[in-house]
Amino acid sequence: MSHDVSALPGRFDVAVIGAGVVGCALARRFALAGARVAVIEKAVDILDGASKGNSAILHTGFDAPVGSLEQSCVEAGYAEYLEIHGKLGLPLIKSGALVVAWSEEEEALLPTLMEQAHQNGVADVEALDETAMRRAEPSLGKGARAAFRVPREHLIDPWSAPYAYLLQAIENGAEVLRGAEVTAGRRSDNGWVLETSRGTVDAGLVINAAGLWGDLLDEKLIGRRDFHIKPRKGQFVVYDKPAAKLASHILLPVPNKITKGVVVCRTAFGNLLVGPTAEDQDDREHAVLVTETLEALKKRGEEILPALKDQQVTAIYAGLRPATEFKDYRITAHDRTYITVGGIRSTGLSAALGIAQHVLKLAELNLAAPADPVWPTVPNISEFFSRDWQTEGHGGIVCHCELATKREIQKALDGPLPTKSLAGLKRRTRVTMGRCQGFFCSAEIARLTEGHFDRPMAEKAQ
Amino acid sequence: MTTLPQVTDVLVIGAGPAGLGAATALAKSARVLVVDREPNAGGIPRHCGHYPFGLREFRRLMKGPDYARALVARAVEAGVQIATRVNVVRLEPGPRVTVTSDAGVTTIDAKIVLIATGVRESSRAQRLIGGERPGGIIPTGALQSMVYLEDRRPFRRPVILGTELVSFSAIMTCRHAGIKPVAMIEQNAQPTARWPAALYPQIKGIPLHLSTTIRAIEGRERVERVVVDSPAGTRVIESDGVIVTGMFRPEAALFDGSHLEKDKATGGPVIDAFGRCSDPAYFAAGNLLRPVETAGWSWAEGVAVARSITATLAGSLRQDPQHSVTLKGDALSWVVPQRIGRVGETAHRRFQLRVNRPVKGRLSVRAAGVEYTSIRIDSRPERRITVPLPPHAAPVEIVLEET
Repeated sequence: MSHDVSALPGRFDVAVIGAGVVGCALARRFALAGARVAVIEKAVDILDGASKGNSAILHTGFDAPVGSLEQSCVEAGYAEYLEIHGKLGLPLIKSGALVVAWSEEEEALLPTLMEQAHQNGVADVEALDETAMRRAEPSLGKGARAAFRVPREHLIDPWSAPYAYLLQAIENGAEVLRGAEVTAGRRSDNGWVLETSRGTVDAGLVINAAGLWGDLLDEKLIGRRDFHIKPRKGQFVVYDKPAAKLASHILLPVPNKITKGVVVCRTAFGNLLVGPTAEDQDDREHAVLVTETLEALKKRGEEILPALKDQQVTAIYAGLRPATEFKDYRITAHDRTYITVGGIRSTGLSAALGIAQHVLKLAELNLAAPADPVWPTVPNISEFFSRDWQTEGHGGIVCHCELATKREIQKALDGPLPTKSLAGLKRRTRVTMGRCQGFFCSAEIARLTEGHFDRPMAEKAQ
Repeated sequence: MTTLPQVTDVLVIGAGPAGLGAATALAKSARVLVVDREPNAGGIPRHCGHYPFGLREFRRLMKGPDYARALVARAVEAGVQIATRVNVVRLEPGPRVTVTSDAGVTTIDAKIVLIATGVRESSRAQRLIGGERPGGIIPTGALQSMVYLEDRRPFRRPVILGTELVSFSAIMTCRHAGIKPVAMIEQNAQPTARWPAALYPQIKGIPLHLSTTIRAIEGRERVERVVVDSPAGTRVIESDGVIVTGMFRPEAALFDGSHLEKDKATGGPVIDAFGRCSDPAYFAAGNLLRPVETAGWSWAEGVAVARSITATLAGSLRQDPQHSVTLKGDALSWVVPQRIGRVGETAHRRFQLRVNRPVKGRLSVRAAGVEYTSIRIDSRPERRITVPLPPHAAPVEIVLEET
């Protein structure tokens, strides 16, 4: 298609580049503020980059650097999630977290970390001696020495949340262009003309929320970059649902300078995950799983919860975090028409709504918010609230392990933001994500999704 | 669909060979309801579009789908009610079973429940295989359903991982669909399955890589290549898919969170020689008991366990003291049944065992410390081994002395 053809007609107040969790939250915030918003995503579906592989925790920010932008965004994002999740149909599993010390040195650090939590406004942290810790988590391994509890660390659904944000943006007027890579941009009289692989988009303000590609996009559009993305790979092992009974809290390690370390926690889908690793790499696209690393993760998981050795692995995955050479987020308004939201590394899911508030302020737009915004709800796919299979007329279960129904699949393939890939369908419905990994349901899903995906799961035989 | 009954004499979960075999045998004397979560009854053979099925049950050589249809027809003729697209979500004492179907969530109360939910293959994730996660990495079961049930082709030149019988079934499925496997990969120094001579023409032309493991699967959207480690070093095989075959696990998720005892070794339920679970109102049969046996074997188990169920319904089979069955020898991976009570008219007449590595040696079986039989074995993983039950009720030890 010619680059001169308009991909989305008319002029937009804001063009958000990137439909990860941050882009989705930005689109929502600006749409609710009354802006006409376009979201441009190069992948065929949303959440295809850093947002597809995280640990699905809603953090309080207790361990964020004091006084950092990250801390204030996490705090604000946390508060807004609590305020809106019910209205959007999003789950909140109030697990709480334990920061567990496994050595004398780590134990000595606990008071400092608790003090840091206080400074970050998380005043309800509570020290637990070994007895209290084991009472709270009886399955913990022998090496655990002491802990402190962070009661308000919660589990959320990492895919439904950004989907709900974007859906609300759409219901309030935003438009989404998927499968469109921004190839160039030129400044116009009052903003930008962005060229994408699917045509042009005119916008007054461009927000770079391109995640793993953020620095390169800055270079492409404004001719310089203030940071360099250094992708940090995180591998995860997910255990089958019976393992979830082994831990009630999110089990956090004492962090070191590079990483928060290996976390063990339940997921919103009723599983138990162990991860992530923190491995720096140059590749922005490929998150490669390594057998030896996965074995080491399992081993670490079994030190934390020895009973894990009798549990079955359900899934393995790897994500890339868009880390930079800086510790804090890189959020900059370069001028009135261009804002970079970069370096949102491991706390993006918790901070996204707060980042969006912050960026709206930076943008200084003169907008009139709709008096009565639309609040769509998304289907619940978390294990802790009522699921579709519990209501009649679901058309039968297609994915037996995750109890995903035909009605849920059809809904995901339909509506204002139909999913375009199997990966997208998994994130909307959980299909094929269970213990059988598609043994029973792949064929039926291939049929049900015929004509809906950019790349069909299996070609029709001649 | 017709409304599900809320009460029945016998509820069978799983309409594969074991479940249908049992249901058909029971229908003469009881109300039998079979529920299955798939759209059609028949179980795994529905999508095994090849021979050999049916010799034991129908005295003729059949392909899987014909065999599945024949089992269903025979059950229906016998008066069995079959309800498909019904998923069991909960098992409780009573027995009471909670299901979901298009009609929503309902419960079924039965006098006896037989669980026959079969097996599935281990996934790529369970084997911790490295690399990326593109489309086109599927188990044999998914390949067969795509080819035989949906007339689809998920790839054209896949790598086949594994050399179990099901791996050859994967080859036959590929041949049928015009898919050309580019390599067969086995981590051990020898193939796992005995190769029937009839299979040689099928395997011809597919390079077999022994002592080889997959290091990484590459490709972002679709599989592009497979990197393998072999004695000759690391090499790259260009392919567009991976069929992850075998390493079966009982499909026993229903037992998690139920009151029924599970055996870590088999991954299936703990049963006694009558096929009873730890709650004697629940029975189990077929490949749910262990990985993995043929359809004919599972069918025969269903029929045999039906006799125990009939006796239970008639009040002639009571609970009796249960003795343990212990394995000695680290090459022994599991045994079924795991408990032994009264002997005599049992459903299982022999213990079934498997080894976890190639072994040679003497397998002796002791009742209350006294050896009552022994055999010499020369076996490999996934190969059937059986020994007789003890002559009288007693704790049993099965001992492997390797030579």
